[in-house]
Amino acid sequence: MHRLRILSLTTAAAALAVMAAACGGDDDDGGSITVYSGRSEALVAPIIEDFTEETGIKVNVKYAGTDAAAALLLEEGGKSPADVFFSQDGGALGAVREAGLLATLPGSITGLVPEQYRASDGSWVGISGRSRVVVYNPGLINASDLPASYKDLTSAKWKGKVGWAPANASFQAFITAVRKVDGEDAAKAWLEAMAKNDAKTYANNNAIVSAVASGEISLGVVNHYYLWGLIKDQGEINAKNHYLAAGDPGALVNVAGAAVLKSAPNKSGAEKFVEYLLQKHAQEFFAQETFEYPLANGIATDPRIKPLAELKPPAIDLSDLDDLAGTLALLRSTGVLK
Amino acid sequence: MNWAALRPARKAPAALWLPGLLAVALTFIPVFYLALRSTEDGWSPWSRAFHTSVPQLLQRSLWLAAVVALFCVAVAVPAAWLTTRADIPARRVWSVLLTVPLAIPSYITALAVVAFLGPKGMLQGWLEPLGVDRLPEVYGFWGAAFTLTCAGYPYVYLVVRAALASADTAEEEASRSLGVSPLRTFFAITLPGLVPALAAGILLSVLYTLSDFGAVSLLNYSTFTRDIFIEYQSSFDRTGAAVLGAILGLVTLLILTSELGVRSWLARGRKRRQAAVRLVPLGRWGVLALAFLSIAVSLALVLPVGVLIYWLINGLRANADFPALAPAVRHSVEMALAGAAITVALAFPVAILSARYGGLLARAAEQAAYVTHALPGLVVALALVFFGIRYATGLYQTVWMLLLAYVILFVPNALSALRGTLVRQPANLEDAAASLGKGPLMAIATVTAPLARPGLAAAFALVFLTIMKELPATLILSPPGYQTLPGLVWSRSTDALYAGAALPALALIAVAAIPVGLLAWKGDIGALES
Repeated sequence: MHRLRILSLTTAAAALAVMAAACGGDDDDGGSITVYSGRSEALVAPIIEDFTEETGIKVNVKYAGTDAAAALLLEEGGKSPADVFFSQDGGALGAVREAGLLATLPGSITGLVPEQYRASDGSWVGISGRSRVVVYNPGLINASDLPASYKDLTSAKWKGKVGWAPANASFQAFITAVRKVDGEDAAKAWLEAMAKNDAKTYANNNAIVSAVASGEISLGVVNHYYLWGLIKDQGEINAKNHYLAAGDPGALVNVAGAAVLKSAPNKSGAEKFVEYLLQKHAQEFFAQETFEYPLANGIATDPRIKPLAELKPPAIDLSDLDDLAGTLALLRSTGVLK
Repeated sequence: MNWAALRPARKAPAALWLPGLLAVALTFIPVFYLALRSTEDGWSPWSRAFHTSVPQLLQRSLWLAAVVALFCVAVAVPAAWLTTRADIPARRVWSVLLTVPLAIPSYITALAVVAFLGPKGMLQGWLEPLGVDRLPEVYGFWGAAFTLTCAGYPYVYLVVRAALASADTAEEEASRSLGVSPLRTFFAITLPGLVPALAAGILLSVLYTLSDFGAVSLLNYSTFTRDIFIEYQSSFDRTGAAVLGAILGLVTLLILTSELGVRSWLARGRKRRQAAVRLVPLGRWGVLALAFLSIAVSLALVLPVGVLIYWLINGLRANADFPALAPAVRHSVEMALAGAAITVALAFPVAILSARYGGLLARAAEQAAYVTHALPGLVVALALVFFGIRYATGLYQTVWMLLLAYVILFVPNALSALRGTLVRQPANLEDAAASLGKGPLMAIATVTAPLARPGLAAAFALVFLTIMKELPATLILSPPGYQTLPGLVWSRSTDALYAGAALPALALIAVAAIPVGLLAWKGDIGALES
């Protein structure tokens, strides 16, 4: 009985502590904004601290996956407490825009970013860019044998050697680009040929890069920065990035972007924040920490990485990559996503 | 509607049926939400689901759940018997080691399994000098089954072990003293008494498998839950996801009905053990028993913790960034303590209602709780978002919303621990108390609760660690800026910052393991004393 009493006392104390924490309000003067971030804390928190220091605006951040944050925004609708949605990919921004939840950003903000990296209606703006690449193991593949187009990956010489992540948002954006550029039938045929060629399925891009580095597979289709993140975490690894030919859907450049909610309780604070993400300081930070392409203010990419100006992505309006349901249906019907 | 049928067979005091009613009401939040969302586009998403993914997903999910349950029982029952009935050395240590893997989330076990057992994983690296160039594929069905068994067998072990520890051993001893072999005694006498515990354990493991996301996604095996996540992730299709969620809920209901069938023919009101247990000498089988236990512990505990420590050391050497731990530890512990206390407080009356009074309400409360338990945390979280933002604006995005989600998700964990203990208690003790003029509530307070103490403690520890591990609902419902341990592990590992993920992961496991480890440690003393 004694133990039980101690137990109930501890929990009562804990409950009180929680209550106190819940009731303690934050009455700061500089105003505050709430950010739903699909980008992880390690990549965002330092910039947010600097923003608060500079502007006096307090930032409450909710870190969740981009998909979870988008689902949350859709469920909350017009009553969302969020001011800003910072998304890992364009598709999620498109889905939230479709639901009519995004405000139009002022031209002074959208104007900071080249046209192809923002929504045509000004509802969101790209913050950093990422290129699709083929990551390969130089110990297993000669540079001269590398594919020029995503189409070459169905060749018999890559049978069982290519990794992909069909459940991943960035892969699905790439498939949507294939559908746009080469047509529905070509996309279907390619997926089927890849499945027949025994492409290896992984949970995400990181898993693919690790598998390439370990020699589990020879190459994989991923975004360019995962390689550099892994090198930063683990030192030199046995993997390199290869950029596909000009205009190839496999060379798609997509963005991580930000938007202000229509229902934002603090719209001006929200706009200041989005603008801050495009300032020199934040853009430099993203370039150094995430190895993505800075999109504003002419900040240079990490010198080891092929610069943005030299990339030759397919000519696609990113806003046109919004038929995710169609891509998902295609992945299901071809049995690529089981 | 015949309201009389809702009332229990014996008249239950309001202090019991009110919590029962509350449990049902809470459960209806996600059920109502699913009903609403899954029908908002008419029946076409349903027919589309049934014509495309559902039959296959159903088969895949159930097949995985069945195999995992079988594996879990195959590991848990011998392990539980060895640590309660056999003369193996350091029995208490083994009990603790077999129990604490409960504290390891399946996504961490899965990360470790891939890193260690992958075709070019750490194990292959060790075997390379022996000419092993590549290990067989770890992804897919067997990899997922293996991972979920490692992560899930302790649930079955705990339930079976609790049943063995509190069971009356007089018949077993009589059997053995008459010269019947321990093995035959086990099958003829011990095992039949374990049926309720086994049924509860299997049910938990099946629900665990059905609602798991971490292991199946990392090991790339498609189940209902993974597909629900993919619907959200890829097309932000809430209707499609809700249809799948609703079907998953219905399937769970079917499983529950069959579990109740099993329960109805099991022996009731077995006596509590009076005398001390006489341990079975294993003799030369002892080595085999120790080997079995060592393998079970190595796979479920040493493997994931070892990989985490390896990452941590690597990160320390490479000067990696480590996240600040203190706030995350504090938040996670606060939530887990408060959540476990509320959950157990709600589950206890429901368990008494179910074990002593029966009736439709008791059954509804129990079943409803289990149905939500099989739903992915994401769905329950979104249901609470839906209701919170409309009807509980003051609570929305506060820790209370999060606590509510934990209660809804984990009442079944508490129920299964409590119900087993209660069924095992002789109800006639309470009747005796009542005949001595004590009211039913006094009887519960003075007789039932003290006797159910082990069950209460187990339920608390179980819910505590489950909350510590919970990820999807925690991410969605915690207030902005509220960092938690699973949140940190998740964010670092999705960035492939494995060193940074290893530190909070180890902290999570250490904290979550404390109550359940203590329980396992004390458990043996209790069994020997009484």
